[in-house]
Amino acid sequence: MTASRYVYAIGRALEPADLAGLVGIDGAEVHPIAHRDLVAVVSAAPADEAALRARLERLDELAVVAEAHHAVVAAVATQTVVVPFRLATIYRDEQRVGEVLHERYAEFSALLDRLTGTVEVGVKLYAEDRAPAPVTPSASGRAYLQQLSQRHRRRDEKWQHAAAAVERVDSSLGALALDRSRHRPQAAQLLGVAGDNVLNAAYLVPAGRLTEFTDLAHRLARDEPALRLEVTGPWAPYSFTEPDHGDRS
Amino acid sequence: MTRAISERGVALIDVLDRLLEGGVVLTGDLTLAIADVDLVRISLRALICQVEADRDDVGRQP
Repeated sequence: MTASRYVYAIGRALEPADLAGLVGIDGAEVHPIAHRDLVAVVSAAPADEAALRARLERLDELAVVAEAHHAVVAAVATQTVVVPFRLATIYRDEQRVGEVLHERYAEFSALLDRLTGTVEVGVKLYAEDRAPAPVTPSASGRAYLQQLSQRHRRRDEKWQHAAAAVERVDSSLGALALDRSRHRPQAAQLLGVAGDNVLNAAYLVPAGRLTEFTDLAHRLARDEPALRLEVTGPWAPYSFTEPDHGDRS
Repeated sequence: MTRAISERGVALIDVLDRLLEGGVVLTGDLTLAIADVDLVRISLRALICQVEADRDDVGRQP
């Protein structure tokens, strides 16, 4: 146990009892640090800073830390509005966390106001991965070149088609959402799923319209045979924590 | 809690998108309160190592 504190999120209207039994990084007990109506959700930070840094460079360990962080944020988000923090934000002691709440009181209050009653929904679109027709080895060099160029043309057409379809889906979903944000497309080799990830977006949606939003996403995707849809969430509003969040896409 | 995450089927990659690209970014007191760039570099290194390991595994299959 150390004096230093790992911060998971900031919330409002949280009592210590609301966090009872919740554990974070390395099984450390989660507890609140309050300043006026704001509450930082924290736990003791791992003692060895260098060791933690090294852990974050290994995917299996990064996964353990990330899931512990996410589990705390997700649990608190079921009880109150939260502003999630990025992975691995650590302060020297509880007093420093209190100072940060004091210094940024206005900023955090505005963010919490904005995020109250909302959820984040992840929407991923994949372009169907139809394997290109193999170029047949041919006696004629000219036929070979023609096949190659046809293949390139088909691939370009596929991408243009997918890009237009993504815009249609994104603009319809954006109209229903309060805000949207785009993450980088996920690398195909990391996903182990078919198709290229052509949209990796997050939408901030009024909690009461979540079903309407996901229904719309599925309906839009049905009209786009070139795309495959994956909806994730609802998430705590990780992707909407910038003070003056505009459309980052 | 970790078990609850897997039960809900939350993919690690979607969690990492949010924890490494989203969330409030504040500079903490320790050097570990990792600046943007560092964390992205760290995560990329972890992900690339994983991909390379997977590739090697595929390569070793008969």
